[in-house]
Amino acid sequence: MSTLTALKDVTFERNLSFRKLKGKIFEILAFFAILLGIAMLLTLLVDVFLDGLPWLSTRLFTEFPSRFPEKAGLRSALQGSIWLMFLTALMAIPVGVGAGIYLEEFAPQNRITRFIEINVANLAGVPSIIYGLLGLGLFVRQLGLGRTLIAGAMTMALLVLPIIIVTTREAIRAVPNSIRQAALAIGATDWEVSRDHVLVYSAPAILTGVILAMSRAIGETAPLITIGALTYIAFDPKGPFDIFTVLPIQIFNWVSLPQPAFHGLAAAGIIILLIVLLSMNALAIWLRNRLTIHW
Amino acid sequence: MTTTIHSLNPQNHLKRDRERKIVRALTFIFALVSVGTTAGIIYELLKETVLFFQEVSIIEFFTDTRWTPLFASKRFGVLPLVNGTLLVAAGAMLVAVPLGLLAAIFLSEYASERMRKVLKPILEVLAGIPTVVYGYFALLFITPILRDLFPETQIFNAASASIAMGFMILPLMASVSEDALSAVPRSLREASYALGATKFETAVQVVLPAALSGVAAAFILAVSRAIGETMIVAIAAGQQPKLTLNPLQSIETMTAYIVQVSLGDTPHQSIAYKTIFAVGMLLFAMTLVMNIISYFITKRFREKYE
Repeated sequence: MSTLTALKDVTFERNLSFRKLKGKIFEILAFFAILLGIAMLLTLLVDVFLDGLPWLSTRLFTEFPSRFPEKAGLRSALQGSIWLMFLTALMAIPVGVGAGIYLEEFAPQNRITRFIEINVANLAGVPSIIYGLLGLGLFVRQLGLGRTLIAGAMTMALLVLPIIIVTTREAIRAVPNSIRQAALAIGATDWEVSRDHVLVYSAPAILTGVILAMSRAIGETAPLITIGALTYIAFDPKGPFDIFTVLPIQIFNWVSLPQPAFHGLAAAGIIILLIVLLSMNALAIWLRNRLTIHW
Repeated sequence: MTTTIHSLNPQNHLKRDRERKIVRALTFIFALVSVGTTAGIIYELLKETVLFFQEVSIIEFFTDTRWTPLFASKRFGVLPLVNGTLLVAAGAMLVAVPLGLLAAIFLSEYASERMRKVLKPILEVLAGIPTVVYGYFALLFITPILRDLFPETQIFNAASASIAMGFMILPLMASVSEDALSAVPRSLREASYALGATKFETAVQVVLPAALSGVAAAFILAVSRAIGETMIVAIAAGQQPKLTLNPLQSIETMTAYIVQVSLGDTPHQSIAYKTIFAVGMLLFAMTLVMNIISYFITKRFREKYE
């Protein structure tokens, strides 16, 4: 009987309900932390849309930048961004996917492989502006490419390479070993296994990673400013060896100007940038959900 | 069935073997590009940094309290830039650490699977927004509010950049911490419940300490991201390198200085050109050390429970 009375200890019971209350308060607090993050996101989006909507017009797509906000557009910046993404993808995708295949399918378990792996992990943590300094020193000066699209694209390609390598490896790792063994058993070489089986099955996931990497690149500003991409370009870039500007740099330039009208233009530019990013992300999610094979 | 017939042909076998070797060599070279990138970064930074230190003494660089390389009377004390960088980063961590940690605990300990699936991707969007957008938001939304609250706030100030950066880093802090919390084995939680602990007590006194190394790794990664962040501070924090701890004042970070010089037309051989590499070298070294520490912490904590 004495044990039962001990369990019905009043102070313990009161204490327990207090302890549970503390837990409940904490849970609500923790939930609010997430809500605060989401609220901040919504505030940012609403703020940008309210600022930018009055300035959003087709003129943005047809006009070059100008000293007069009513005449200014994003024509050269948008074309620069498209060129830059195209050239970056051209270099980064084959190299990144290739390196991913090597590390996951071919690489022997040795020091060199481990070194490369640590290297890739470390590169992912290097600030983007450092890539800009690399591009400035190596591509712009040493290779003498100048402040051209190709120098910018090479810099960007190096920047997104770790992302592509990591996502490619994850995609490839998800393909079960039985697939490889089945192909090897009927006499395929390791390259044929990769090309005809592993890559085919992991292609949607790789593509998802590539799209996400490119969406990172399209919003990057700092490395391109460092290599010397200009803010005022009043002609259409014609090829990889033309000087250029891109959308986020033009936005940066407009934000930096004191006149409120340019801030409105900047917000309009941000809306366009966010729509592009959102479409890329939606495409990536769609690809992941629709095409990825679940084993 | 055609493949079977083909592969019986020895000529074909040789061709396939050659193709295999070429691809292996080529992809190996691709993998080496990453090593080349690191080597290139170190080489380019060191090259100009060495030239810089031929003109400026390393003691002045690390002890002088003025940074005025673009003025007539040039002083090369990097401390004000480091001060600005750390001030903004510290402010960002004040936002990102409590919120990120709370979010991580909620997602790993409290949220249902369905809730997690909705909340996490929304939170991740914060990390996907280009930093130039955060810069816009800091300068044109957060700063006016700060100036209403504290009238002495300067137009360009560390605080607004810190707040925007804090929310940008929040998902990183949250997701790396959450991974660490989720990796704590269920048996530890069950043992804690068996001793009569509530869910809150279990989460904070058992799970969190068990995941502490992972949380520490998340913290270091977040700091490293904060000190390397460029566009937010270039837009919102100003261009006045000074030794101050007042977040309402205009400061300049190391990254913002690099942007400032890059925007001007800096001649190749000038001292200003060399300064951005010297500052970049210091920034690279700082983030490298932090990334390495976080790498080893994560590695150790992973081994603990596997």
